Amino acid sequence: MKPATDAIVQVDNVEKTFNSGVNAIHVMKNVSLAAYPGEILMLVGPSGCGKTTLLSAIAGTLKVESGSIIVFGQPLHSMSGSALTRFRANNIGFIFQQFNLIPTLSIAENVSVPLLIQGHSNRHAIKAAREALDSVGLADRWRERPNKLSGGQQQRVAIARALVHQPPLVICDEPTAALDSKNGEIVLDLFLNVARTPGRAVIIVTHDNRILSYADRIALMEDGEILDVTQQSHNIPPKFIHEHPSPTS
Amino acid sequence: MIGLALKMLFGDTAKYLMLVFGIFFATFLILQQLAIFCGLMLWTTSTLKNVNAPIYVVDPQVSQVNETTPMRDTDVARVRSVSNVRWAMPLFNGIQRVKLDNGAFKIIQLAGIDSASLAGAPATLVEGKLEDLRLPNTVIIDKLAVNFLSSDPDKPIKVGDQFEINDIEARVVGIAESMRSFTGGPYVWTTYERALQYAPPQRKMLSAVIAAPMPGVTLEAAAAEIEKQTGLRAYVNRDFSFDAPDDFNTMTVFWFVKNTSIPISFGTTVIVGLIVGIAISCQTFYAFVLDNLKHLGALKAMGMSNFRLSMMLVIQSMTVGLVGFGIGLLATAGFTFTAIKNGAPFFMPTIIPFAVFAAIQLICLFAATLGIIRLSLYEPAAVFRT
Repeated sequence: MKPATDAIVQVDNVEKTFNSGVNAIHVMKNVSLAAYPGEILMLVGPSGCGKTTLLSAIAGTLKVESGSIIVFGQPLHSMSGSALTRFRANNIGFIFQQFNLIPTLSIAENVSVPLLIQGHSNRHAIKAAREALDSVGLADRWRERPNKLSGGQQQRVAIARALVHQPPLVICDEPTAALDSKNGEIVLDLFLNVARTPGRAVIIVTHDNRILSYADRIALMEDGEILDVTQQSHNIPPKFIHEHPSPTS
Repeated sequence: MIGLALKMLFGDTAKYLMLVFGIFFATFLILQQLAIFCGLMLWTTSTLKNVNAPIYVVDPQVSQVNETTPMRDTDVARVRSVSNVRWAMPLFNGIQRVKLDNGAFKIIQLAGIDSASLAGAPATLVEGKLEDLRLPNTVIIDKLAVNFLSSDPDKPIKVGDQFEINDIEARVVGIAESMRSFTGGPYVWTTYERALQYAPPQRKMLSAVIAAPMPGVTLEAAAAEIEKQTGLRAYVNRDFSFDAPDDFNTMTVFWFVKNTSIPISFGTTVIVGLIVGIAISCQTFYAFVLDNLKHLGALKAMGMSNFRLSMMLVIQSMTVGLVGFGIGLLATAGFTFTAIKNGAPFFMPTIIPFAVFAAIQLICLFAATLGIIRLSLYEPAAVFRT
């Protein structure tokens, strides 16, 4: 059962092949999927089934051969590279499996990066970054370098970075792969808060069965196809699903 | 963005220092080699500076100031007779041997100038009087000779001391500032007539006629008139300039560039400096970009444009160029201080540091370009796969 609202991500009949000829790998076959405001959507499936490729395509970092990907009403499949870059900067928060924090920057500087990309002043960006760090419980460590933090803390920094510019869509790739169960729960609670913020959605690629209970819907992928989309039992409060900001292209 | 780029650069201390060292090494090598080359080339024109005269008139076969084809003494009168010439005086210029107290021999550059006018005398005397040169058997030596012609390092030559030039007494009546000669020997001034006594006799002894134009007449016009009326070669003596190929300084420098292997020797070292600079900076900067590719890819995925990422790399590489060049320039200045103190040739025209800075920044831009090409090929989606 889908929530009764417009999808903020609409993927229709998407195809993607890596390499060509005899080496061709068909990683996405006629994939269709939607994500709705207020939900955590998890993509699960065995390694190499195309989860990360689909996530990359939704994030606008990978071009597809056919089909359409519409995010906040913007057709990513037909946008130019520079338009996609601007779209990503303004609408998407990224959380990578390996966190991808820049080791030579302080934690606050790392978190401020999306705002700097958007063109904000360094002063404003650092101020906002410290507030974002406060929301993930790392306010007092803003001066430190990432290598001084544990894996769970680094992931929280990555979450703060993904949220500092308040993007309506947050994309996460294996966010708990490097975390123990306690830190995994802390991180998932943060994602739940993010998803329940009005107008936002979180899409997570995961292998981690421990976190599936946090999903509102689970899309099962195998061999480049969506086999099944399962609605979880807990309901999304209606107040979250009718409000989402207009996209900024 | 600039702060982000610089923090990423300075944060990787090992690579940053390696990059700076590469640029420093290249800068130092190139700057000091070019400066020594220019210093040596300047020394080749030292006679024109130490025996200063607006126009040098020489035998038509002479192509640079250190080359002497003797002329007849009557050639002085021929030059004087040219209408545009205000004055013309004889000059003897040649290498002579000096016998020291201890019996050792040293080489000097002997300049014999007109005793009446003293035209061609040293511009600055640090001791003694120019007029004393008119006294019997007297010479003025330069500051180099003070120690160079002394048999005892603790007893430098002073005014009143004597030595022998080709077994003839020479008494020091003055000490002058001068530029060192290309041959390394000190300059010794005496009168023209006495110089002819010091030098082994030849049928013709006049090395050059030095002259000046009438007021209102340009050097070039006077020189052209001298050539026209005497058939001798008249060179203007201003200073080296690429714009003045007929200047005697320029002619002399170009003669040494064309006819000696000095430029090849120094040029090779400069090219080695450039190659080392290019190799170290490009290789290290490329490695720096590769090391940071994951982070740069993440910035790209998060929405940083290729242009801004490229500018970050350009800022990083040019900062390395600036710091490396600055340290290289300081090291060259330190080297200069020591080199000049020890009498080494060293002259750095203003254009050299600017030209080397431009070359270094070009190297850095090239290194940045390699990184930019690598980064532009990096798909932002790859950040999800690493």
